[in-house]
Amino acid sequence: MGEHLLDLAAATLRLATPLLLAAMGGLLSERSGIINLALEGKMLVGAFAAAVVTLATGSPWLGLAGGSLAGILLAALYGVAVLPLKANQIVAATGINMLAAGIPPFVAKILYDVTGSTPSIELAHRFVVFPMGLALVAPVALWWVLGKTRAGLRLNFAGEHPEALAAAGVSVARVRWTALLAAGALAGSGGASLSIFLSSAYSRNMSSGRGFMALAALILGKWRPLPTLFACLFFAVADAVQIRLQGLEIAGLGKVPVQFIQILPYVLTIIVLAGFVGKSRAPKALGEPL
Amino acid sequence: MIKSRSKDAIWRALRPVIAASVGLLVGVAFTAMAGEQPWNVLRVILKGAFGSTYDLGLTLFYTTPIILTGLAVALPIKAGLFNIGAEGQLNMGALAVAAVGILCPQVPQPWNILLAGTAGFAAGAFWGSIPGWLKAYRGSHEVITTIMLNFIAAGLTGWAVLALLPSLDSQNPESARIAPSYLLQHFSWFGDAPVTWALPMAVAAAIVVWVLFRFTIPGFKLTATGLSPEAAQVSGISVRFQQWLALTLGGGLAGLVGVAEVMGNSGRFRIGFSPDYGFIGIPVALLARAHPLGLVFSALLFGALQKGTAELDLETTYVTRDLAAMIQAMVVLAVSAEGGLTLWRRHRLAAKSMQPTRVKD
Repeated sequence: MGEHLLDLAAATLRLATPLLLAAMGGLLSERSGIINLALEGKMLVGAFAAAVVTLATGSPWLGLAGGSLAGILLAALYGVAVLPLKANQIVAATGINMLAAGIPPFVAKILYDVTGSTPSIELAHRFVVFPMGLALVAPVALWWVLGKTRAGLRLNFAGEHPEALAAAGVSVARVRWTALLAAGALAGSGGASLSIFLSSAYSRNMSSGRGFMALAALILGKWRPLPTLFACLFFAVADAVQIRLQGLEIAGLGKVPVQFIQILPYVLTIIVLAGFVGKSRAPKALGEPL
Repeated sequence: MIKSRSKDAIWRALRPVIAASVGLLVGVAFTAMAGEQPWNVLRVILKGAFGSTYDLGLTLFYTTPIILTGLAVALPIKAGLFNIGAEGQLNMGALAVAAVGILCPQVPQPWNILLAGTAGFAAGAFWGSIPGWLKAYRGSHEVITTIMLNFIAAGLTGWAVLALLPSLDSQNPESARIAPSYLLQHFSWFGDAPVTWALPMAVAAAIVVWVLFRFTIPGFKLTATGLSPEAAQVSGISVRFQQWLALTLGGGLAGLVGVAEVMGNSGRFRIGFSPDYGFIGIPVALLARAHPLGLVFSALLFGALQKGTAELDLETTYVTRDLAAMIQAMVVLAVSAEGGLTLWRRHRLAAKSMQPTRVKD
């Protein structure tokens, strides 16, 4: 039994890694006032770029850097659309996600003459624990930055009272750009953790909704780093249990189908959004161009 | 003043054409990087989409659900809401159509078709009414709730199909077959392409939505809600009810995709049958600026893209059907940036004009 629990805990931490990194990216961007529905696309491109770079160089470190860079590039494109061009953030993010769905098969066809998975990456060239550590440190670091530093204060003002920040002589656009690009790096490395840490290659659509699940965790965590950490861990437990048991036995109810456990995070998010269990409040200036 | 307004009208009419062209050209230009001739790629896409009556038939087959999901996005836009949930709504609709087709084989024609169609609409409408109610009465952002409901619908339909309506004659992830009396006849003009009465139904739905907004009071109430909720509320319109109604109707329209897919094509619910029809509805609606008739044409464009790019797998060395996603993305980005461009132009002209209906976030 004890061994089982340890096993489950390890699996939970592993599965939480991509979620946590992406959710922290989303947190940075949303606290600065930019809606981030493009996490999914950034993860997917990050996963692909990380696999490609690792395959080419044999170094997971360079792979991780490549994944983050891909996330940053996509974030920059999103930034150009929503900041100077003032595009609707939801529409632009939809476009970014579509683009991200098209890039990996397009490039993979050129590089490897396949459109699905990349060739598999040797065990020696993959991460064993590092991304997990990064993912666990990120929320604590963000909690500190947001709560205790001047940069965090500015970020909060950009999301809550951008006029006040501008009046104090700080460029809101600059704060938002920084947050957006950092979010791209985090989501990209979350994606990288999928391909060079959790599995042994990039496979088609491998983010499979995790970007949106990260968003759900962010909302459940009320846009705060530590509660978001717990939301991610909770989703990861559900995931780990579902993979292990292929359905959960509950006394009196019988076997709960796998699909019911899979939809649990989304159902919970809706319940919280509906304000039935503690209202979750978004940053005030979220989605409003300046 | 008058001159600048007529210029504005030309600009308005040209915008979607420009956005679509820019998206298409940039998307196709990418293929140069892959070592293909962009013009050749464009030729393959066009030939694949319209080269023969069979190709045209498949293009129209893809266009049918896209008209419906385009409407599912456009109708709520008019009321100021953004429905990203068409994918979930069409899954629920298709499940309902399949369930009726499997469980009620005795109903005589044509009532069975009507029954199944109504069930599809009702199931989609129910799924749309959830974010509608949450938005109107609990203040929950419809974009987030519709995204979450897409995943929930995928899980629920997957479970229902495998546990409640399992297929007896195959190992594929799909439901049992619906009764043969439910299958729609294919039109004979398009070879074997599954073009059925679902296509005229989708076009008719677009016309109904157009009439609703152009000529009727319920349509006016929805538009008023979208233009200014405060003003609508003051003039006695229940904004909450209108918001609920908009997402419910939008969901119903997406639910009709079940008619085209289950009764018009596969005869069963195949898990994952939709190549993201619900999401393609977003650029389709935006490109047409949510105009119900205009979006029939943008749906045709995206249907042609879906069919035409499928040919790339065979006809080119380095480019595949996935190019469709990139071209769609470019169109969406062009459309979204175009809002900013218009803003810039308006500043420059310093001409006051009516605010176009814009997606509110």
